[in-house]
Amino acid sequence: MGLEAGLRLLRRRKGRGPESVFRAGLSLSGFLPLLILLGIVAVLWRASGPARGAFGLRFFWGRVWDPVHEVFGALPFVYGTIVTSVLAVLFGVPVALGSALFVVEIAPRRVRSLLTPVLDLLAGVPSVVYGLWGMFYLVPFLSSRVEPLLRRAFGFSPLFSCTGAQFNYLAGGVILSVMILPTVASICREVFLAVPTELKEGAMALGATRWDVVRMVTFPVARGGVIGAIFLGLARALGETMAVTMVVGNRPEISACLFAPGYTAAAALANEFTEAAGDVHLASLVYLALALMFVTFLVNLIARLLVWKVTGGEERGLR
Amino acid sequence: MFMVAASLAAVVALAPLLWVLVVLVMKGAPSLDLDFFTKLPKPLGVEGGGMANAVVGSLMVVGLGSAIALPLGVLGGVYTREYAGVWGARAVRLVSDVLAGVPSIVLGVFVWAVVVVAMRRFSALAGGLALALVMLPTVQRSTDEVLALVPQEVREGALALGIPKWKAVLWVVVPSAAGGILSGALLAVARAAGETAPLLLTALGNRFWNLRPDRPVATLPVMIFNYAISPYEDWHRQAWAAALVLVAGVLLLTLGARWVLRRKYGGS
Repeated sequence: MGLEAGLRLLRRRKGRGPESVFRAGLSLSGFLPLLILLGIVAVLWRASGPARGAFGLRFFWGRVWDPVHEVFGALPFVYGTIVTSVLAVLFGVPVALGSALFVVEIAPRRVRSLLTPVLDLLAGVPSVVYGLWGMFYLVPFLSSRVEPLLRRAFGFSPLFSCTGAQFNYLAGGVILSVMILPTVASICREVFLAVPTELKEGAMALGATRWDVVRMVTFPVARGGVIGAIFLGLARALGETMAVTMVVGNRPEISACLFAPGYTAAAALANEFTEAAGDVHLASLVYLALALMFVTFLVNLIARLLVWKVTGGEERGLR
Repeated sequence: MFMVAASLAAVVALAPLLWVLVVLVMKGAPSLDLDFFTKLPKPLGVEGGGMANAVVGSLMVVGLGSAIALPLGVLGGVYTREYAGVWGARAVRLVSDVLAGVPSIVLGVFVWAVVVVAMRRFSALAGGLALALVMLPTVQRSTDEVLALVPQEVREGALALGIPKWKAVLWVVVPSAAGGILSGALLAVARAAGETAPLLLTALGNRFWNLRPDRPVATLPVMIFNYAISPYEDWHRQAWAAALVLVAGVLLLTLGARWVLRRKYGGS
């Protein structure tokens, strides 16, 4: 309180001098991210003009992407982005949840203090390195070991019945799941740690087993935060570029089969941008970037609000 | 049953990550030699050569990006914690989180549309700007969080001496959090050093030496990508070597950040 009163005294004298200069400089850099965001939207909006003019919102329903005849429809990218991201969440989230529970509820203190920094360090491995590993190890492994099994077990469904190719949706989904895992796991860990110990102890005192505690106390209390973590993982998967580009096959086609080669929006930007010939082609790619930004923005916003509600907001870091 | 499942999940989570590291060392270490750091890439079809230009290029682009983003990010973080009111700070944090969530490839498209189009050429400067956009929100956020750990008494004590607030912030509050701020900055640099997607559209790449900021420049991440998708065995080998060097650099920065933090605050 003393500080506030002192500040009020100071404020009375402000208006000129170094204080106001300092303050102005600081607030400028404080609001720099806002200026940048607005700048991005404005620039992308303008640069995508020719594509928006030519195709409008039908752009996202068009199934043909043909730079030679200047026909651009983004549905293959939209579809591929959604399929690989959903696969990433399906594969990644259960494992992330399990390992977060392991760290919080089961692991001895020593293991916990070892596992956490290791996961954090591994989260720092660049995406292009995951891609390199994906091309030469994950893809051969999936196509020689995992895909035959899936075919034999679920071959009746169109999801698993095509001849396909080595580089495909499945590979994209799996590599994304590996990449979002540390993010989702570390947020889930924070959220689980925020569940009050008294609640857990109370349940245990009533005779609940560890699993009962997780099922009836931890999960219900942490539900919002866990959903938030999933959305953050989803947002990361949607925008992730290099690793997917290197394993997804890069063919702008739509197929229900997971073994078929596909394409994602981010991969299309990485591959085609510097080689785009016509103005409409470039504008279409920028339009795709704008849409990608808009979608990740929405997913991120939902995620942050959910996580903030559980962990109590600003004091806990989210990255 | 639950214990088994959760432990299993932890193992499944670690397995691919360890697989990546093991493969990286196994493939990268034998491919790494002195040529990698001293020679230029050889023309297509000729074996050997190195990535000296990409090592230097990466340092250059990351250096440019850091020079832009670190001061601005730290200042922004100081503003958020020390000057913006409760609601102002909340708004600034939200916006900076949103910027951190923008896919890096989109940041690349933005810098391309602004810088590359205006200069009519790909350049190291454009690459540095793209990386600066990646780093800025992270640095701002970590500075903000570290300043929150400075005890309120430090601020009150400084103000009680009668110095103006800006001096108190600049010479008392910020220095007492310097270790944490540095640690956050190092982490941001480490993250940016491995970024590939935005560099594809801005710094492009180069098979020759370039030290001029207004020309295209080779960088390690882009080299890894280009060499990996090429059909040449020898280029794949060099891609692994480059990946090992890149990961070693990133891990070193990350460990450096942890070390600074530990020296400052103790524990982990």
